Amino acid sequence: MIDFFLSLPDWLQMSLIALIYLVVFAVLGLYLVLLERKVAAWFQLRLGPNRVGPWGLMQTLADAIKLVSKELTGTDRADKFLYNLAPYFVIITSLTALAIFPVAEGIQAFDINIGLFFLIGISSVGVIGILLGGWSSNNKYSLIGAMRSGVQTISYELSVGLSLVTMVLLTGSLQLSEIIEVQKDGWLLLQGHIPAVIAFMIFIIAGVAESNRAPFDMVEAESELGAGFHTEYSGMKFAYFFLAEFINMFIIACIGTVVFLGGWLSPFGLTESIPWLGAFWFLLKAFFLVFLMMWFRWTFPRLRIDQLLTLEWKYLLPLNLMNLVLMAFVVWQNLIIR
Amino acid sequence: METLETKPKIKSEEYFINMGPQHPATHGVLRLLLTIDGETIKKVEPDLGYIHRSIEKMCERDSYQQIVHLTDRMDYLSAHINNEAVCLAVENALELDIPERVQVIRTIIDELTRIASHTLWWGVMGMDVGALTTFFYGFRDREMINDIFEETCGARLTMNYNIPGGLMFDIHENFVPRVKAFVEHFKKKIPEYDQLLTGNVIFQRRTQGVGVMSKEDAIAFGTSGPVARGSGVPCDVRKLHPYSAYDRVNFEEAIETGGDSFARYQVRLKEMWQSLSIIEQLIDNIPEGEHKVATKAVIKLPKGEFYQKVETARGELGVYIISDGKKNPYRVKFRSPGFSNLSALNHMAVGGKIGDLVATMATLDLVIPDIDR
Repeated sequence: MIDFFLSLPDWLQMSLIALIYLVVFAVLGLYLVLLERKVAAWFQLRLGPNRVGPWGLMQTLADAIKLVSKELTGTDRADKFLYNLAPYFVIITSLTALAIFPVAEGIQAFDINIGLFFLIGISSVGVIGILLGGWSSNNKYSLIGAMRSGVQTISYELSVGLSLVTMVLLTGSLQLSEIIEVQKDGWLLLQGHIPAVIAFMIFIIAGVAESNRAPFDMVEAESELGAGFHTEYSGMKFAYFFLAEFINMFIIACIGTVVFLGGWLSPFGLTESIPWLGAFWFLLKAFFLVFLMMWFRWTFPRLRIDQLLTLEWKYLLPLNLMNLVLMAFVVWQNLIIR
Repeated sequence: METLETKPKIKSEEYFINMGPQHPATHGVLRLLLTIDGETIKKVEPDLGYIHRSIEKMCERDSYQQIVHLTDRMDYLSAHINNEAVCLAVENALELDIPERVQVIRTIIDELTRIASHTLWWGVMGMDVGALTTFFYGFRDREMINDIFEETCGARLTMNYNIPGGLMFDIHENFVPRVKAFVEHFKKKIPEYDQLLTGNVIFQRRTQGVGVMSKEDAIAFGTSGPVARGSGVPCDVRKLHPYSAYDRVNFEEAIETGGDSFARYQVRLKEMWQSLSIIEQLIDNIPEGEHKVATKAVIKLPKGEFYQKVETARGELGVYIISDGKKNPYRVKFRSPGFSNLSALNHMAVGGKIGDLVATMATLDLVIPDIDR
């Protein structure tokens, strides 16, 4: 099977891999929606979707079919070109970011040596789509949502980036597979003890904020702005925004898994002899972080926009910078627990 | 003459935005005309009339028994208390001697209504500041009260249990045990409310110092109910002008002096405790007796003017009836709490952010049909 695959021309190989990725993560995105609805239901004394398929498993497919078959309505005064471009910006950047995650040892679409840097870069492109969408749909609520999004993402990117830089001091590499290899003797979260734990907390907070989820969902604060930047979108274009939000959440969880929780490595080397089980551990850890983010969403109220910026610029950023120095000290004095 | 002015290169101007009539945070068909500078609110103008049904005019057409049915379409969350206001006005005008039993049952149901209204408000308050889960917790507890109402008189929301002269039916035999069960249940749930929302640091930051109204302003704007009490104005009609069985129960008027959204929030939570205490004092001592006194089939009020005020979940509801001795009133005027409370919104929201406006509006606890009769 693998021999046959390798005998194919390069372009076909890449296309097949891309196709597999697309299908796997589109389905994953859809089921993250279902998971969110189920988790929300558990938090809210309800059952959640339970009519379509066993345990509501087909509900999300039904929703997808509904969204695909819906009419695409738009506003007359919208800037048509940008209005139609915006959703693709958002979904393409999210899917691109997914490509470099190592699900298990060797199962990775491409393993570039600037992996982490690439992730931070690509995840900040998505906000352009949100800004375009809010600007071009000619709706004041959309515009406010988009402007909030710009402010928020630019601010919190700093924290995501800096907390990852802190961890890079430990690993000495930006390549994701190498970052995981370093953790053979223990997760980075434990190796780097105090500064690593601080970095992890900052990363989770800033990550939630960067993926525009509650309690930082200024962008689509439904009680303030209706639906925010995607108010004027319908059908599949709306679905792209919606799906991208969930995939972004998954990306944040994946980065957290790789950088802090040891990626595909099993705890205490339990299943080291069976490499493909790495995918199980990877997804388990990633979904734990996803659950954590859903937990935030369904228990916390939303911050106000100025409080959001105060949190970042007055608390998280200085703390992050101090933490970076602390981590440098830890690495310099070789206080790492290995 | 020209004056020298340095103009900033980037032109910035205030803009106008329509909040409503369809908007998730206005909870009904309220339209707010907002003037905004960036995210800062410069002016809030409420625009009313989207759900006007001319209830006051309809009252002039109807008999006194029929007027009662119109009032629960005003503030539908305090339907029973609205009904009672009209009934009390008519009963006082006719100088009827209302049985003790009726008064006690009315008071118990008043307080249950207040709790039901406040639990709904609590859920929606959380939702407005972004915590969707509170909504379902609030509705869970409200459901128990609605079930009790349903068993008592067949309706869950617009109850019509009061008639001039007493109650439409006697209470159901399950009423007392079910109310007791609810009181026990709800005593455990209010601390849960505190855990979920009150103690949350984000929630406190969102509400403390937001939508501040001083004591003087609260009086000047004519606010009442929890909104005024949050600013430290003692204005509880149940204390100042007791009606029904309020003169024979012990309860404290919930007052906070903060004047901000958080103070108003706390007033309502305290009121829930007080309502529970009132119910507990009365539920074991419902006197035996008739559930109504006989009135004539066609009620004719003596010539004159009659006024009755009650404390609904939102504040002071006044019913003013002018009678010229016929079977229907010459003029009816309702003084609704929501209208006066809404008038203070501009004063409270200016200078805040859009998020502040939503948090402030949530603590005003507006019911639009009450404002727009």
